[in-house]
Amino acid sequence: MKKDLNPQENYQRTRDLCGWVPRHDATRKTYEDIGFMSGLEVHQQLNSKKKLFCRCPVGIYQDFEDYDTEVVRHMRPTLSELGEYDGTALMEFKTKKEIVYRLKNITTCTYELDDTPPFPLNREALAIATEISLLLKQNIVGEFHITRKQYLDGSIPTGFQRTGIIGIEGEIFPEGRRVGIIQVSIEEDSCREVSDIGHRRVYTTDRLGIPLIEVVTYPDMKEPNEVAAAAEFIRYLTRSTGKVRVGIGAGREDVNVSATGGTRVEIKGVAHISWIPELTHNEAFRQRALVHLAEEIAKRKLDIKTWDITSKTIDSAHVAPYLLEEISLEGLDVVTVNLPDFKGLLSWFTQPDQCLASEISQRLKVVACLEQPNMTHSEALKPLFDIKSMEHVAELLNAGDNDAQIIFFAPKDDIPTALETIKERCQMAFAGVPNETRKSFADGTTIFERVLPGADRMYPDTDSAPIPIEEKFIEDIREQLPKHLQEQIALLQDWDAPEDTYNYLLRNNLIQWIEVITAKFGIEPHRVVTLFGHRLKELERKHDGMIGLDSILAMFDFIAENKLNFEYAYELLKEVYLNPKMPMDECATLAGLVILEPNKVEETIYKMIEERKELLDELTQECGIKYVMGDIRRRVIGNLPMEMVYEIVVSAFKGSEEE
Amino acid sequence: MDDNTQGYKNRAREILEKYKVRVWGDSEIYTTRGTFKGIILPRSENDDDKHIVLKLITGYNVGINIDTITDMKEIGYKKANYKIPEKEFPYSEGKPNIKLIGTGGTIASRLDYRTGAVIPAFSPGELYGAVPELADICNLKTDKLFAVFSENMGPEQYKTLAIAIGKEIENGVDGIMIGHGTDTLHHTAAALTFMVQNSPVPIVLVGSQRSSDRPSSDAALNLIHAATAAGTSDIAEVMICMFGPTSDEYGLLHRGTRVRKMHSSYRSTFRTIGDIPLAMVTREKITHLKQTYNHRRSDRNVTIKPFFEEKVGMIYYYPNMQPDMIDSMVENGYKGIIIAGTGLGHVNKPLYPAIERAVKAGVHIFMTVQTIWGYVHMFVYDTGRDLMAKGIVPTENMLPEVAYIKLGWVLGQTDDPEEVRRMMLSPVNGETTEGEPYNGYLVFQGGTPEIEKFLCTIHM
Repeated sequence: MKKDLNPQENYQRTRDLCGWVPRHDATRKTYEDIGFMSGLEVHQQLNSKKKLFCRCPVGIYQDFEDYDTEVVRHMRPTLSELGEYDGTALMEFKTKKEIVYRLKNITTCTYELDDTPPFPLNREALAIATEISLLLKQNIVGEFHITRKQYLDGSIPTGFQRTGIIGIEGEIFPEGRRVGIIQVSIEEDSCREVSDIGHRRVYTTDRLGIPLIEVVTYPDMKEPNEVAAAAEFIRYLTRSTGKVRVGIGAGREDVNVSATGGTRVEIKGVAHISWIPELTHNEAFRQRALVHLAEEIAKRKLDIKTWDITSKTIDSAHVAPYLLEEISLEGLDVVTVNLPDFKGLLSWFTQPDQCLASEISQRLKVVACLEQPNMTHSEALKPLFDIKSMEHVAELLNAGDNDAQIIFFAPKDDIPTALETIKERCQMAFAGVPNETRKSFADGTTIFERVLPGADRMYPDTDSAPIPIEEKFIEDIREQLPKHLQEQIALLQDWDAPEDTYNYLLRNNLIQWIEVITAKFGIEPHRVVTLFGHRLKELERKHDGMIGLDSILAMFDFIAENKLNFEYAYELLKEVYLNPKMPMDECATLAGLVILEPNKVEETIYKMIEERKELLDELTQECGIKYVMGDIRRRVIGNLPMEMVYEIVVSAFKGSEEE
Repeated sequence: MDDNTQGYKNRAREILEKYKVRVWGDSEIYTTRGTFKGIILPRSENDDDKHIVLKLITGYNVGINIDTITDMKEIGYKKANYKIPEKEFPYSEGKPNIKLIGTGGTIASRLDYRTGAVIPAFSPGELYGAVPELADICNLKTDKLFAVFSENMGPEQYKTLAIAIGKEIENGVDGIMIGHGTDTLHHTAAALTFMVQNSPVPIVLVGSQRSSDRPSSDAALNLIHAATAAGTSDIAEVMICMFGPTSDEYGLLHRGTRVRKMHSSYRSTFRTIGDIPLAMVTREKITHLKQTYNHRRSDRNVTIKPFFEEKVGMIYYYPNMQPDMIDSMVENGYKGIIIAGTGLGHVNKPLYPAIERAVKAGVHIFMTVQTIWGYVHMFVYDTGRDLMAKGIVPTENMLPEVAYIKLGWVLGQTDDPEEVRRMMLSPVNGETTEGEPYNGYLVFQGGTPEIEKFLCTIHM
């Protein structure tokens, strides 16, 4: 390897080596070539009145700075039921975090704080979950067992989530392709994170304990868009029950991705389905890049057993003047680390604007609690020191020409963990892709979050007895099932619904409304589709908040009683939407709409033309008709179809011509 | 018990035998609700005989209704070997030598498939595997005297414990820890205070409100605090060491005769009643709160008094209590009765004749208050004076449970009424006090503005 390595060039060279292309340039073949595979874990809050294991209300959120008191806890790893410690558990313990919970009395009782055992499972939530499980065509379990799933990040004060399986197997057909379902579980939602700085992580307990279901699919998706489509499908399917919570954070996705030579990596808590394609695209290539990196290490014939780092602590006062950026080193030691034979690897591409060193830095933050910027290195894409200083560091460490160096900043107590973390991550590079969960960003990149937990973190909940799921319970729910999403989509096709209405109608579970309205009032479905899919969507986008089916039905009752036609609804909807409590005739007045006796329509038109005679005489006939049509619309709409109004206007003009 | 059908009874067991599948067998179960695959787990004995429990590959457990099963196949076998990793507890010169005596409880524990509950793990190696910090504090030896739940602790156990403690002290330990279930931890603490007198070293009782199989368990921190207290504190008394607040912040050392479990599930359940705790304890240090206590000594002059009369009972008075409640105790041969009376220490008039009959029959009756806090004051009202005239002895501010234990211990030694009375009213270590400090009674009321404001500034 040449001595004067250019980090930027190396980053680009290694990016090209793994075949990375922007997503818009990728084709199905691109993904086939890298062995793209992805599965989903869709989380959806259920709209029960109370939490899953206590009687606190659901859906009240506090401001982060508004709390009644705080509780502090620490988490320790424990053994799984099968007698093994879980990998994540041990890593979390290494971090020695102080966990602070901010609680509000209104949303939190002693259960959330783990000072009272669980109350019996919320039956309302169990029924909703069973309904969704049936819609997914699952095998429902005979007995629901509550299991503890360890989370040592503190997001749940007990240190575990109470969860259980309601159904296994199952299938869906997003865009006509089959996607298998592994399982559906019911779980309690976790705390919301306020901050995570150094050794202190702060949470609120408002969301904690809200019933959730988790739908887990097989890794049946072969390209990024399919993953998003499956996520949408599951979201609409859960919404078709009308019993799930909507709004920010009510639905979240974990996305599992792997590529050839890589492993299952979980991208956690993706807030928007629209982020999924970019995230999965980048993750698959990150794995390919790490596989190439491992091959490069193999080529260099490095032995994982003997490979080791060396380090030296230097006085931060000596270092500070050479910093190119302003970083406070107060209270921190500066540690230099030599990575033998790692030249060219630290700047190895992993994701857009990230390289192997980024992964090390992220682990230093999570595992050793070092706030970023926590390090720089000899191949930094944006250097913190000039080349001279880095060469000096290499000398200090007696580094060889093919070595790479890291400089990190840490409080004294955290240095051993930090050194261990650096060594551990580098050694992981020998094998390729580490098992981990990653946090997602809107730009489609991810950062290290935690080691991927295994089945070892499951433990039966000794506080709760198993709940038998009787045949009758299932049959009662089966009889009340909503129309299956597949059939709803078929209906939209039958109705010739415009493409741009699908998402809105399915997301808001409006197919059933359309069916009710068309059946009750004999209106053509296509017209109701556009009323909702265009008109209502537009109103909701502008004003926020959803109208009730009651108001819509009252509106159509009013129209039917007054023998008006559908066009009236199109005009009236806005006022009904804005004034849900107002009587229909007042809404109509507000909208400037009128109800005319059947024989009065023609009279109104003629009268209007008469009133505007002077003005109309100035215009050509074509313009005159246009003008009149525009003006008369509100005064007659709904009373007579507009095409007939047009005919009357035209004949009125013709009549006056003949005069 | 047949290992292959562990915990399964009746039809569930027959099904397993019929299809020749075993507990811990990796199995496929075909049912009318679909096919399920996983490892068959033992069933908890208290659960029904209608389901088979399966651990899925994802780690979750599910139950299969046996009525839906159409076929089963065993395709593998994987028996779990649940064991807390044992590492030899390191010995370091200069660290205090502590003996941990086990009685049961959930200090360190593992799952018991028979009951679905947790059972304790106990050897020093296991404890070191679970709480390695202990090695920074002390050299530890353990001895499991019994494995009983807290509610099954009684006079026999108290006596055995007291004798064992006496031996350990003679053998030269620097401190003693006793692992114990929390429900009756304060009864045992009182008993040991009376039975182990003049101890030169700390005797620290410790338990946990959340079993150690939970990541947020208080067990490890309680053990660390207790080891610190037993090994390094200057307080040579019988004490309970448990969480101060529910937060992982510090433990409190409570005098064994003034402490009570006050909440069924909170971590901070143990409170000193009618006084302030002896000290606060963290991993780093012990902060004394009470200035007077028995100091640690280097001699080994401990006095063990392992006595207990089992025919002692306690009556919790309620309005309209009938005299036959007391008569039946006398008829059943009870020698001593503690009454937890209302208010300042009262019961109703209809009980008077029964009380007279009891005293005449030689039963020793002592009065405590069910208000928990405060003194018995039987001179204030006629009722109280009447009762005293009939032979009931007020016990100052002795806690009802402590009075019960003490009366059992006293009657184990004498039944002379004067001597019993003298011993009951002469405090061994703080079971009665000469006065109550103003901050010995603090039960805050949530909701009031000043308390809400205060709660905002502390960790609960």
